[in-house]
Amino acid sequence: MDVKVFQKYCIALIFSTLSVFAYAQGHNNHDGHDHGNGSKQVQSGEPSQVTGQAAEHVAPAHTAGEHHEEFNAGENAVHHISDANAIHIVGHTYFHLPVILYQPGKGFTFTTSGVFHPHHHGNGTMAHHGFTMAGGNVMRIKDESMANGEYAISDIQHEDVTVEGKTKTVFKAVINGTPYELEPKSTYDGGILGGGITNFYDFSITRNVFTMLLTCLVLFLMLRSVAKSAVSRRNEAPKGLQNLIEPLVTFIRDEVAKPNIGPNYEKYMPYLLSAFFFILGLNLIGQIPFFPGNANVTGNISVTIILAVITFIISTTSANKHFWEHTLWMPGVPAVLKVLILTPIEILGLFLKPFTLLLRLFANITAGHIVILSFVSLIFILGKSGENMTGSIAGIGASVPLTLFMMTLELLVAFLQAFIFTMLSASYIGAAVEEPHHH
Amino acid sequence: MPDPGLLFWTTVIFLIFWFIMSRVAFKPIATALKQRETDIQNALDEAKKARQEMANLQAENEKLLNQAREERSAILKEAKEAKDEIISEAKERANAEYKRRVESAMQDIENQKMAAMVDLKNQAGQMAIEIAEKIIRKDLANNAEQVAYAKSLAESIKLN
Repeated sequence: MDVKVFQKYCIALIFSTLSVFAYAQGHNNHDGHDHGNGSKQVQSGEPSQVTGQAAEHVAPAHTAGEHHEEFNAGENAVHHISDANAIHIVGHTYFHLPVILYQPGKGFTFTTSGVFHPHHHGNGTMAHHGFTMAGGNVMRIKDESMANGEYAISDIQHEDVTVEGKTKTVFKAVINGTPYELEPKSTYDGGILGGGITNFYDFSITRNVFTMLLTCLVLFLMLRSVAKSAVSRRNEAPKGLQNLIEPLVTFIRDEVAKPNIGPNYEKYMPYLLSAFFFILGLNLIGQIPFFPGNANVTGNISVTIILAVITFIISTTSANKHFWEHTLWMPGVPAVLKVLILTPIEILGLFLKPFTLLLRLFANITAGHIVILSFVSLIFILGKSGENMTGSIAGIGASVPLTLFMMTLELLVAFLQAFIFTMLSASYIGAAVEEPHHH
Repeated sequence: MPDPGLLFWTTVIFLIFWFIMSRVAFKPIATALKQRETDIQNALDEAKKARQEMANLQAENEKLLNQAREERSAILKEAKEAKDEIISEAKERANAEYKRRVESAMQDIENQKMAAMVDLKNQAGQMAIEIAEKIIRKDLANNAEQVAYAKSLAESIKLN
């Protein structure tokens, strides 16, 4: 018995160590690669490019191609939790994904991330019809002269530029020795977070979309098989996967839907279960530190926005008269108070509820990923990006138990956040469909 | 940053997921679970009922058995009584019969004794008369002869 427990601990420790290396691998390769990339640039470019390339290396402090750059744990973490147009597997091997770009007035461009030949940090080495990749994302070359054809890119530079008090990272692709400014895809943040509407929209099957599709496929196969056996073995005891899924379904039904929504809970069960399994599946697949996991889908605000909006739509469209009366014109409260305080607050609350819902899920999952990545970064911080072997070993010693602890915690968080999202969705729906009590 | 592409794909993927899963998985699972729960409840209720019935049956059996036992002992008792009665009756009857037989035998004996006595008396009377007649006839001839004759007569009677 004790031997078994010990074995389990050993296996857990080995796997967690492996995961640390899986995270870490990219960085070892980055550092090892940079030399190779430099030589490749020399080979592929013209003689004049060599001087340009060399000049770029000396001049700005922030070029991405610079060797032995300071390891920036924060940047690294953000890079890893961000969406990307190709999935980095190991070294310079990418799992290429379809790229669908839309330029207003120019129409759609369909291609794959393979045409950009991404190398380290997901930076493209090829420009294709005016697009390339920088930091894993497709970007457009602003210069219209590059809008057609293929060009070899010798380097991708990035600089932090402060415009009107906001710091923005500007990427530049060096083609034939000339840096061309790149623009990122459009984002709906109104420029607050350094994004905004640009000249193109990216509707690609990104890493997050791919992971969503994969998760949905896995969930579909699992749940369909459970449904099949639940129906075919209806007079027998549940078996196998049924014993995993059915308790979750009954848990959502008995602990989430019934107490929150009340007698009409059945109508909302498919949504609650879909949201629960969707979030849980994505949370769990995001915990896998290597391909095909690792994507921070539920930690992406676009995903949580949609889920929260759907909850909002369901709860407001199914709201009854009683709910609207209590929200807009609370009975038993003086009219002045209602107009001045209560109704505005209630209306604000109407929108705040889904907002907290989307923020909670986003923040929890992102935070978990960042903490894990930070712990892994300890190896590089203490090891000074591979220069200090003793430091690296000390870093591993510190990183492995901390990452193991964090991953275990994240496993709990994966379930917890899926449950909380479902629970709160159910409670919002429940508040909307609640029948009036007779006081 | 909210990204239009991801917003679009999340919406599409989640709505399709929701639509397909509710039809393929969640509704059948919910129905199956509900049915199983009802089945289990029914089975439990039935088992409880069956147990109850079993207990009732057992109690009834026990009662019947007790009744049977009582009946048996009653019957046995009755049989014993009947047996005793029959035996005593038979004894009585046998006694009575015996007495009656003895009595009737005595009666017969008495009767026959009486008849024999009567017969004897008659014969003795007859003999006496015959003797007397013969004596009377002899007497007339000789005294001595008479005595001898009387003696021979008397002897002939003894022979009878």
